[in-house]
Amino acid sequence: MTLFVQQLINGLSLGGIYALIALGYTMVYGIIELINFAHGDVYTLGTFFSLAILTLLGVTGIVSGPMLIVVVAVAILGAMLLCGLTGVIIERLAYRRLRNAPKLAPLITAIGMSFILENLMQYWKGPSPIPFPQVIPNPSFAVGAVTVEAKQIMVILLAVVLMMVLQTFVRYSRLGKAMRATAQDKDAAQLMGIDINTTIALTFLIGSALAGAAGFVSGVYYGSTWFFNGFAAGLKAFTAAVLGGIGNIAGAMLGGFLIGLIEAMTTQFIGDQWSNVVVFSVLVLVLIFRPSGLLGESLPNKV
Amino acid sequence: MNQLLRFVSLVAALVRTPRGRTALVCVVAIALPFVGRNDAFTNFLADAGAFVLLALGLNIVVGFAGLLDLGYAAFFAIGSYAFAMLASPQFGIHLPFWLLLFVASGIAGVFGILLGAPTLRLRGDYLAIVTLGFGEIVPQTFLNLSQWTGGPNGIGSLDQPSIGAYKFGFNALPYYFMVLGLIAFAVWVASNLRNSRLGRAWMAIREDELAAAHMGINTTTTKLAAFAMGASFSGLAGCAFASKLQLVSPDQFGFNVSVFILAMLVLGGMGNIPGVIVGSLILSALERFILPQGTNFLHGLGLNVDLTNSRFLIYGVILVMMMLFRPEGLIPSRQRKAELHAGEGDAGVAAQEQALYTEAVH
Repeated sequence: MTLFVQQLINGLSLGGIYALIALGYTMVYGIIELINFAHGDVYTLGTFFSLAILTLLGVTGIVSGPMLIVVVAVAILGAMLLCGLTGVIIERLAYRRLRNAPKLAPLITAIGMSFILENLMQYWKGPSPIPFPQVIPNPSFAVGAVTVEAKQIMVILLAVVLMMVLQTFVRYSRLGKAMRATAQDKDAAQLMGIDINTTIALTFLIGSALAGAAGFVSGVYYGSTWFFNGFAAGLKAFTAAVLGGIGNIAGAMLGGFLIGLIEAMTTQFIGDQWSNVVVFSVLVLVLIFRPSGLLGESLPNKV
Repeated sequence: MNQLLRFVSLVAALVRTPRGRTALVCVVAIALPFVGRNDAFTNFLADAGAFVLLALGLNIVVGFAGLLDLGYAAFFAIGSYAFAMLASPQFGIHLPFWLLLFVASGIAGVFGILLGAPTLRLRGDYLAIVTLGFGEIVPQTFLNLSQWTGGPNGIGSLDQPSIGAYKFGFNALPYYFMVLGLIAFAVWVASNLRNSRLGRAWMAIREDELAAAHMGINTTTTKLAAFAMGASFSGLAGCAFASKLQLVSPDQFGFNVSVFILAMLVLGGMGNIPGVIVGSLILSALERFILPQGTNFLHGLGLNVDLTNSRFLIYGVILVMMMLFRPEGLIPSRQRKAELHAGEGDAGVAAQEQALYTEAVH
């Protein structure tokens, strides 16, 4: 029982990271029906960018006092900005021209972009895992026999807060309304005076910025990263988005936490080496039996 | 001089007819290892041949039927492991190689159906991600089931093929001719399939699934057939590749292999058999010769750049650039070209019609 509760907490914090990445998948899919394969690599790039920012600031270990807030804010916002811009550039270069092409085409360029990003990151930091400084003091609390670490609480809180901000933005702001309109019907939205190119670019900006935030968090959480990190994490986050119902923001969050839990429980009770197999099997099963996900509406085949 | 002229005119005459071209390609393919007369080159040809087989198989799924399979290496893995388990000291089973060609491609085909049956109802992009997931699950499973598969070390000292008393051994030449034979068979099967009722049904589904279904095509079984055929080709490739390398291990079948094969199709021309073969040869040569030689060349110039580290960058750039600027590939099939440039073509036709109309009115 203790083990179970412990893995529950581990799984939720793991899930927080997946949820943040899944938000980007779900927003992009919601608006242009494209699986943005490069998104997982944008997330890894987020870790790389935050590492570069921390190095620039001269931070190599735990920061305490008011400086902590400054350092974390600069690193996280910097990573979000840089990743957001990367996302916009990717959309401009690889997807925009193909918006009306057969669906296979942008999927293939998305895989291409993913490979390009991975290789560029490999040039940047080399092929082996790189350490990430422990910036945040990490006291742990014992609740009965279960330990909760401060960074676990941070991940979960950050994910939930960012999701709520995003949900509010999409629901109540003008730009959010434009995004929903573009997702429903691009042509009609354009006729209503919405600049769909800007709206789609904005979607990529926000989704990739969230991946940047996830990148910083995962650096702090795992204490290391490497250029290929985004492949498996991206696939799991996409699974989360599908599980929750693709296009649905709250669903991405729910799916993220569920996938985190499934992974933590598999690691504990079946074996670490099976965790990927189990998660991808969940993906396959969800797509087969409930392609609309837990919270999504079913989409009819478009003619 | 006269003889040379006669030879050139003979070649020119051959190139003009489809049959002549086929004959010419066969002659060149058979002569190649003797022209190179170099073990590394023959070795390369034999390995590249296995990838030509894989590209031909994936071409049935992606090129003909338009189903994006991102986990094709999984079938390659299944074919290779099927061969390895039935022709090695691993279980002490030593079935004859030529029988295993059929068995392995059959097993891979069955897995194609097993994966396809539940997933082919999915929309195109979901199918891509499911196959990607499957492509990750299969090698991981082979890695984890170490009591049967040798885990990370894989299965080694596989049986070598033999014909009568002649053993293939470690010489690349017989493997090359075997692969060449398999390619000839695969090309024959694929081109006949393309012109068959089934092939036309595949292409109808590729163009418009809904319309195809309304024309009375059973889309599920048709797509399943594409999956099964494509997978069974990879079983042949698996036998050829594993028996030559003498080893299968889980790291030979990752996502990058699936994308490598996909890049061959995208480069050469999806749906077009000669295009796919050329694309596959270009990328294999890039991997084996061009990048290492280029690296040596740059080192000679005093530049410390390792191009072999840029493989994925190059595949990525190929995928993006080809899809953006030449989606029909280097050597396109006519139909595919028309389809992919449909928007532009229509605009052209519309403009022409408009011009004719204006002319008629005035």
